[in-house]
Amino acid sequence: MVEAGGRRFEAMIEAFLPPVFAVFFSMALFGAFVALAGVDPIEVYRLMATGAFGSWFSVQNTLQRAAPLLLTALCTALPAQMGMVVIGGEGALVAGGLAAVASGLALSGLGLPVLLVQFAMALAAMAAGGAVICFAGMLRQMRGVNETISSLLLTYIVIAVFKQIVEGVMRDPASLNKPATRALPDSLMLGMLPGTDVHVGLLFGLLFCLFGYVLIYHTTFGFAARVVGGNPRAARLAGLPVGRLVLIVTALGGAAGGLAGMVEVAAIQGRASAALIAGYGFSGILVAFLARQNPLAVIPVAFLLGGIAASGGLLQRRLGLPDATVLVLQGILFVTLLASETLTGRFHLRRPTAEVKEA
Amino acid sequence: MESDALGWWGVPLAVIAGAIRVSTPFFFVSLGECVTERSGRINLGLEGTLVMGAMSGYGTACLSGSPWLGILAAGCAGGLFGILHALLCSLPRVNDIALGIALMLFGTGLAFFLGKPFIQPKAPGLPSIDLGWWSSLPQVRSALEVNVLFLAGIAAAPLLAWGFRNSRWGMIVRMVGDSSDAARAMGYSPDRVRLLATAFGGFMAGVGGSFLSLYYPGAWSESLSSGQGITAVALVIFARWNPLGCFWASLLFGGAGALGPALQSVGVTEGYYLFNAAPYMLTLLILILSSSSRRRLAGAPAELSVTR
Repeated sequence: MVEAGGRRFEAMIEAFLPPVFAVFFSMALFGAFVALAGVDPIEVYRLMATGAFGSWFSVQNTLQRAAPLLLTALCTALPAQMGMVVIGGEGALVAGGLAAVASGLALSGLGLPVLLVQFAMALAAMAAGGAVICFAGMLRQMRGVNETISSLLLTYIVIAVFKQIVEGVMRDPASLNKPATRALPDSLMLGMLPGTDVHVGLLFGLLFCLFGYVLIYHTTFGFAARVVGGNPRAARLAGLPVGRLVLIVTALGGAAGGLAGMVEVAAIQGRASAALIAGYGFSGILVAFLARQNPLAVIPVAFLLGGIAASGGLLQRRLGLPDATVLVLQGILFVTLLASETLTGRFHLRRPTAEVKEA
Repeated sequence: MESDALGWWGVPLAVIAGAIRVSTPFFFVSLGECVTERSGRINLGLEGTLVMGAMSGYGTACLSGSPWLGILAAGCAGGLFGILHALLCSLPRVNDIALGIALMLFGTGLAFFLGKPFIQPKAPGLPSIDLGWWSSLPQVRSALEVNVLFLAGIAAAPLLAWGFRNSRWGMIVRMVGDSSDAARAMGYSPDRVRLLATAFGGFMAGVGGSFLSLYYPGAWSESLSSGQGITAVALVIFARWNPLGCFWASLLFGGAGALGPALQSVGVTEGYYLFNAAPYMLTLLILILSSSSRRRLAGAPAELSVTR
C-alpha cells in the first residue's frame, strides 16, 4: 500500500515535471524578449517578484486576481476530463456577472436578508454561466459541433448581448461616457476575509476547486466522466449515460465561470460594465492547461498567474513596459507548455522495472 | 441631401458595399486555413495571426511609407506564426487545437506589445479602384470602391480550387490530409507538407489582417479584430473545405457583418451590438444546421481532428 502510494506520488511528480520545466524555460525566453525590448531582464524578474509576492500588499493583490482565475480555469478543466477543449470561460464570466447584477438589483429593494440575496446572485450567475457552456456541450453531443469553436463563438455573442443590455435597458443614465448598469447597494457587496483586504470570492474559488477535485477523482460520477474522456465509445458500450455526463460536466464548468463573474461584480466592480471583459476567462484557459486539467493543481497555478498579472502594473510604472507585457509572458508560457507535452513520459525518477507489470 | 433620396434602399446597398469591404479579411483567412485544414491540421491560432498581421502591416507601412511593404510584412509575420505552429505540432504528443489556442493568445499579446507605438500615427492606406464611375449616386460610387486585395481574393479562390483538383501540389496536400500513411508510403513527408500548408495559411491570415489596419476600418487599434479569425476557421468547415465555397461564405458573412453599420447609417441605432454579432450568430447557426453527430462531415479531410 505504501509502495503503491509512493509510486503514485512519483507518477505525479513525473507528470508535473514538464510544466515546471516549461515555466523555467519560458522565463528564460521572456528574459530574452524584454532584453531585446531594451530592458534589463534581471530587473524585470526582480520587479515581478516584488509586485507579486514582495509585500503583504502585493500578496493580497495577487490573491485578489487569483480568485476569478481559480473559477475560470475550472471552466476549461472540468470539461477537459471528458476530452473536451472548452475556451468559453470569458463568455461564462460575462454572462454570470450580468446575471448577478440583474438579480442583485431586482432583489435589493425587497428587504430580504443580505445573505439570501447574495446567494441568489451567485445562483443566478452560475445558472447563466452554466447555460452558456452547457449549450456548447449540448451542441457537441446532439449535433457534433466542435465545442472549442462553438464556445468561443458563444463568448463573442454573449459579449455582444452584454454590451447591448448594459448600454440599453439596464444602463444607468448617470453613466455618460463609460456605460454601466446601476451600482449594487453597498450592503450586497461581498465582505473581506478576516484580517485581510482579500474578498471572500477567493474562498468560493478554493472551495469550487476542492469540490471539482473530489468530484472528478473520488466519486463514481467523476470516474464515469473520465472514462468518457478516455474512450467515449467504450463508455457508451459500458452503458454510461454519455450525453447526460457531458451536459452536467459542461454545466458545472460554466457555473464556475459564471461564479467568477459574480465575484468580480460583487467584490470588485460593484456594477456591470465593459471593465468586466478583462480577459480572466482567457487566462483561465492557460491556468487549466498548466495545471494539467487537475482541479487541485489549479490552485497553485492560479496564484502564480495571479502574481504575474499583479506585477504587470509595477512593470508599467517602473520600466515603462506596455501593459501587454503580461500577455506576452502568458503567451510564451502557454506555447512552451504545450511544446513540453512532448517530454511527457520521458522523465523517469526510477528506471522502469519488470515489477511494474503487476498492474 | 442626396442620401435621403435613397432612403431605405440605402440599407441593401450599404450591406452589399459592406459585404465587399468586410468580407476581404474573411477571404484571406479562410482560403489560407482551407489549405491548412486540407493537409490535415487545424490552426485555431489564426485569430492571433490576424491581429499580428494587422499590427505588423500597419507598423511597416508607417515606417516605410508604403502600404505594399506593409502587406508583405504582414504576410511574413503570419507565415512565421504558421511555421511555429507547424514545427511544434510535428513534435509527438503536441495537440494542434490546444497549440492554436496558445498561439491565439500569444499572437494577440505580442501584437499589443509591439503595436503600442503605432496606435497614434497615421499610416498610408491602400488605394482602391473606382468601379462606380458610371453612377451619379455617391452611395453607389462608394459601394463600388473596391480594394485590390478583394480582387486578389476573387482571383485566388478559383485558382486554389483548380490547384486542389489538378495540380501536383494540390494532390499531395489532399493526400496528406486524407491519409498520412499513404503519403508516407509515396515518399512524401506529412510534416513537411503540413509545414508548408500551415505557413501558407499563416501568410494569408497575415495579409487579411493587414487589410483591417490598412484599408477598412483602416487604423491599428487593440480592438481591431474580435473573432474574425475564428469565424473564418469555422467558415471553412461550413464551406466543406472548398475554396469556392469559402468565397461565397465570406461574402455572406461580410454582408452579415455590414448589417449593423448599414442600419446605423439610416438612423436605426437600436440593437447595434446585436447586429454586430450577426456573423457569429450566423456561423454558429450554420455549424448547428450543417453538422451531425452520427456521421462525419462530407468532404472532411480524414486526418483532421476537429471533425472526428
